Amino acid sequence: MYTTELKDKDQKAAAVSLADEDPEKLAAFEARVAADDFIEPKDWMPEAYRKTLVRQISQHAHSEIVGMLPEGNWITRAPNLRRKAILLAKVQDEGGHGLYLYAAAETLGTSREEMIDALHSGKAKYSTIFNYPTLTWADIGAIGWLVDGAAIMNQVPLQRTSYGPYARAMVRICKEESFHQRQGYEIMSVLAAGTAEQKRMAQDALNRWWWPSLMMFGPPDDKSPNTAQSVRWRIKRETNDELRQRFVDVTVPQAEAIGLRVPDPALTWNDERGSYDFGAIDWEEFYAVVRGEGPVAKERTQARVKAWEDGAWVREAAVAHASKRALKMAAE
Amino acid sequence: MADDVLFDHALRLGDDALVMGQRLSEWCGHAPMLEVDLALANIALDLLGQATHFLNLAGEIEGKGRDADALAFHRDVLDFRNCLLVEQPNGDFAQTIARQFLFSNWQELLMREIAAAPEPRLAAIGAKAVKEIAYHAKFASEWVVRLGDGTAESRTRMIAGLEWMWRFVDELFDPMDGAPSRRGEWDARINRTLTEAGLELPKPRRGAMGGRAGHHSEHLGHLLTEMQFLQRAYPGATW
Repeated sequence: MYTTELKDKDQKAAAVSLADEDPEKLAAFEARVAADDFIEPKDWMPEAYRKTLVRQISQHAHSEIVGMLPEGNWITRAPNLRRKAILLAKVQDEGGHGLYLYAAAETLGTSREEMIDALHSGKAKYSTIFNYPTLTWADIGAIGWLVDGAAIMNQVPLQRTSYGPYARAMVRICKEESFHQRQGYEIMSVLAAGTAEQKRMAQDALNRWWWPSLMMFGPPDDKSPNTAQSVRWRIKRETNDELRQRFVDVTVPQAEAIGLRVPDPALTWNDERGSYDFGAIDWEEFYAVVRGEGPVAKERTQARVKAWEDGAWVREAAVAHASKRALKMAAE
Repeated sequence: MADDVLFDHALRLGDDALVMGQRLSEWCGHAPMLEVDLALANIALDLLGQATHFLNLAGEIEGKGRDADALAFHRDVLDFRNCLLVEQPNGDFAQTIARQFLFSNWQELLMREIAAAPEPRLAAIGAKAVKEIAYHAKFASEWVVRLGDGTAESRTRMIAGLEWMWRFVDELFDPMDGAPSRRGEWDARINRTLTEAGLELPKPRRGAMGGRAGHHSEHLGHLLTEMQFLQRAYPGATW
């Protein structure tokens, strides 16, 4: 799953520092990026590029990890053995994505512990979408279909992002996400064709997840100051609004195909643009969720912090055992 | 093997794997570190796969049109045949590891025999499962050593975890399916790992029994309530 690129306190500092870079090195770097070369961990890079990447990759990693919680909420209650196995494997995939993204960010000189501390202290952000609750089984379908669908829109271009380790992590992640998206849509189609109660569940899930999914692409382009620099550096390859539009255009016919209604009275096909026009997004809600005021933001943070703190003695034991063992082997 | 005997046998194997897998899946997203989270999910997935195969086979043998889902989601406590060990709560990570350590070492020995047994349908499932279980036993044994040897706290917790689980060991060797013959090798494995971990075997105590006859601990009812909720709330729906 993808995280919108969200602002944090480091960002202003990063923007200022570009003026301090060696102009020759900076020009060479810009030329490589413009030529679609991959930048590798040992290559020279401007500090601002490094910081932007650490922020974006770690936000992405955090989103994968926090994203395990809303879906994990239904693993023990999945309706049959096949669905249970698929969901468990899916949530496990998200954990795996988190792992390679943390590893990619570590190549930029920030440790996993530092990143996790920043998540727990609230300094680092994760995708707003995970601060909404999963109330029914249909939410598992809606997350796969819409949230992973939105993630794919965001992530496919990132396979060609300029930072090599990030791009390579994205290649693997994208394959798995498209499988997740199909699974989610399949859950929704079964529900939509099921009993009246199941259909109600499916429609209700679409109603609740539609707008937050559109918000996943981040603020509109005219309110997204990061976009221009990030596109120039090939950290991002398309703007928030372009990706959001593509998502709407792909998803609306999918909803229609299974007899569900997209909860937007303003939604209409625009022949001239060859795209759907859609209603206004409640950006006040988005910014509130970014500020940590999402409906279940407290539960999500609390669950992550609890898992980390409850596991502290386990991690300490593993380290203590490893060093005792190393001592013993050295003595032998 | 007579059909009813075979049915019971497949049910025991399926229920052990199902309940153990369900318990482990509760960890997903909450484990002490990401690598462990992934490993526990892997083990849970293996067990869910085994459960599906064994329960489908049980349903086939029974011949009343029940498949793995019908057996998993539409039986109550009295009809579940898993051992008491697997339904015990996760507790802290040491308690989970203690349960896995005792169970996987036992399950591996059992599955080895099943893989070599004359019943071809059981043997086919067993042959695949035995490779998976060997990894589960290795994972759990390594953690017993890490926790036993690690810090004072991890050692105390590991001892407490083993203490919690130990009363459920005898049931694993209850005389059925030639179970007592596996005790010697199991004891040797457990002893070897505990010695490496610097831990002692818990003191012998009266074993808690009854799982194989449907007389479970209080924990199973709650586990089933959660697992079976959707099937119970929406009878007849397809998912």
